[in-house]
Amino acid sequence: MEVLRIATSGSVDDGKSTLIGRLLYDTHSIPQDKMEALHAASKRKGLDFTDLSLLTDGLVAEREQGITIDVAHIYFSTPTRKYIIADTPGHIEYTRNMVTGASNAQASLILIDARKGIVEQTYRHFFIASLLRIPYLVICVNKMDLVDYSQARFNQIVEEFQQLLANASYQATEVVFIPVSSLYGENVATTNGAITWYQGPTLLEYLEQISFDHADSKHPARFPIQSVIRPRTTEYHDFRGFAGKVASGHFSVGDEVISLPSGQKSKIKTIEQFEKQLQTAQARESVVITLEDEIDSSRGNMLVKPEDQPQQLKEIKAQICWMDQQPLTVGKTYLVQHGVNRVKAKVQQLHYVTDVTSHQPVEGKASLGLNDIGSITLKTASPILADTYASNPANGAFILIDEFNNTTVGVGFIE
Amino acid sequence: MTNQINWEFPQALEDEGIYILRETAAQFEKPVLLFSGGKDSITLVRLAQKAFYPGKIPFPLLHVDTGHNFPETIQFRDWLVESLGLDLIVRSVQDSINQGKVQEETGKYASRNALQTVTLLDAIEEGKFDACIGGARRDEEKARAKERIFSVRDEFGQWNAKMQRPELFDILNGKINIGENVRVFPISNWTELDVWNYIRRENLQIPSIYFAHEREIIERDGLYWPYSSYLNTSADEVPFRQTVRFRTVGDMTCTAAVLSEADKLEDIIAEIMEAKISERGARIDDKRSEAAMEKRKQAGYF
Ligand SMILES: Nc1nc2c(ncn2[C@@H]2O[C@H](COP(=O)(O)OP(=O)(O)O)[C@@H](O)[C@H]2O)c(=O)[nH]1
Repeated sequence: MEVLRIATSGSVDDGKSTLIGRLLYDTHSIPQDKMEALHAASKRKGLDFTDLSLLTDGLVAEREQGITIDVAHIYFSTPTRKYIIADTPGHIEYTRNMVTGASNAQASLILIDARKGIVEQTYRHFFIASLLRIPYLVICVNKMDLVDYSQARFNQIVEEFQQLLANASYQATEVVFIPVSSLYGENVATTNGAITWYQGPTLLEYLEQISFDHADSKHPARFPIQSVIRPRTTEYHDFRGFAGKVASGHFSVGDEVISLPSGQKSKIKTIEQFEKQLQTAQARESVVITLEDEIDSSRGNMLVKPEDQPQQLKEIKAQICWMDQQPLTVGKTYLVQHGVNRVKAKVQQLHYVTDVTSHQPVEGKASLGLNDIGSITLKTASPILADTYASNPANGAFILIDEFNNTTVGVGFIE
Repeated sequence: MTNQINWEFPQALEDEGIYILRETAAQFEKPVLLFSGGKDSITLVRLAQKAFYPGKIPFPLLHVDTGHNFPETIQFRDWLVESLGLDLIVRSVQDSINQGKVQEETGKYASRNALQTVTLLDAIEEGKFDACIGGARRDEEKARAKERIFSVRDEFGQWNAKMQRPELFDILNGKINIGENVRVFPISNWTELDVWNYIRRENLQIPSIYFAHEREIIERDGLYWPYSSYLNTSADEVPFRQTVRFRTVGDMTCTAAVLSEADKLEDIIAEIMEAKISERGARIDDKRSEAAMEKRKQAGYF
């Protein structure tokens, strides 16, 4: 069974929580006792209907403020697919959470209030989807009931959004627009006939048919070594296997591989998954690889194919989303963690900060603060084995760690 | 639309869990696996076995024994440790009580569930464990939906929801300051059904109380409580025999039974799919208040 990861974002009150609640309700994902708790909570709030949005509001502080402030993960499944929704708040001050939530998503679900149309936050949500190059974009025009299910209004919003797409620096695999009413369940999982002029799929129908083309598998083969397994038992006396998760591409028994950065060559002897022997390991599979020859590789090294090697970068130019209260300091040393590999790096230069609305540099802004996105150059103490994010996302991103308090302060996308 | 049962386990979850365990072993000096004897920690042990095969699991198991466990759970624990050749550390709440660090609760809702936090934190300090691997899942409860995979705790084991580190892609930052430690949740993205499908696919043994069996129970607050000497009962709470099973494995004082005839995994899974009651609905301690879980987490509860 496939797992589809979705990121959702929308401005406050666009109806995101209601939409997600509706998806859960319509897929029978809400247990009876939770449903009863919802009825009761809705009553306490003086509502005359069951407020499905209460399902996804997590923490106490948030309940008090009535807004979502972190990434919440929501799970449901249909007979064919398991879904993971990373639900993030839409405010500007939560840009970092949006980037976090979207970082694993194959589909981005952007909500637009039919009455308001495209607002400032829509630009940001779209910018984040394009920064992360999310393959599938699903634009839900919500609250259609409040605009009399008007086709003209819907088309107008679609047209406006097309303009955004035209100016973007990336092309999604697919972009769809769906007119919905979360409150009444129209076009969420089913259609109740309120919108006659729309013949396309409901939201759930669309999600169900998204094809997993596994872009990662088509990208160059990358196997970052997590650890070396050497049992040293009588039975496995000479066993020496490299444990890791295939980042991208695939590896087969007999393939010639080269270990970086040392450059030593060998051939794949076995690919093992516990007691099973595999012929091929695909992207995202956790396996143990053994080689024909004894080569000296360890954690942080990478097995690749000789004909398709990553860059060995000491100078990294990257888009950065900054995630810390303390702004990025030019000249300061941070730790770069690229996959499982950590190196020291110094910030050489901040080139510009990007305006997420126009996708253009902001004139005269010289510091990268919390929730800002900008372009920098880093110089690392030793090379990292990376691809550009655009050519191979699975090997083209890194995080920045503050050396002193150890927290994650930013994420970078290699250019 | 009716619920069709999907018996297939999403393989991506196993690959992710193994990756997380390997990162834990590589990034920390002294990890430990918190073992409760329940299906989630049994799943963790299986993942660990696979992650380091043909090597040994490179960290011990830690069981906080409240003294109120189902005997079936303890039996199972010892069997598992023996058959896989694992290292097991047991620390008991009774010792913490004897040392005067915690006080036994009184009254009819008395349980040792809250007390085990102290025993756990002491054991972490004593063992100098910098990473504690746990089987919490984000689908269990609202507060858990926001938990990270590597979740940093301060010296007092406290979780600060607002200070969480962002976690991007599959990059895990396990760097910590002195005194801090990390809770690691490799099956964060699994649902209850995923766990059951995994147990079925892997053909794993689980404690017998998960399956329908006859036992003495009492009815209280609309829930079925297992009758035992640990439970404080009033005169009108008369035990009777009933065929039940348990959806989670906790203490005998705070785990409610469900009426069920399900004595095979397939029947259990079918029952879950009917989803009459959520899993945590069967944890009596959570019923106390909606924000109960979050409060306990701030206080260092697992
Ligand atoms: N009329 C109408 N109201 C909606 C719809 N979707 C959501 N709402 C209402 O809009 C308000 C905000 O919804 P909520 O889901 O909490 O928004 P969120 O802040 O984006 O999560 C609530 O009062 C909802 O009942 C819709 O499709 N039609």
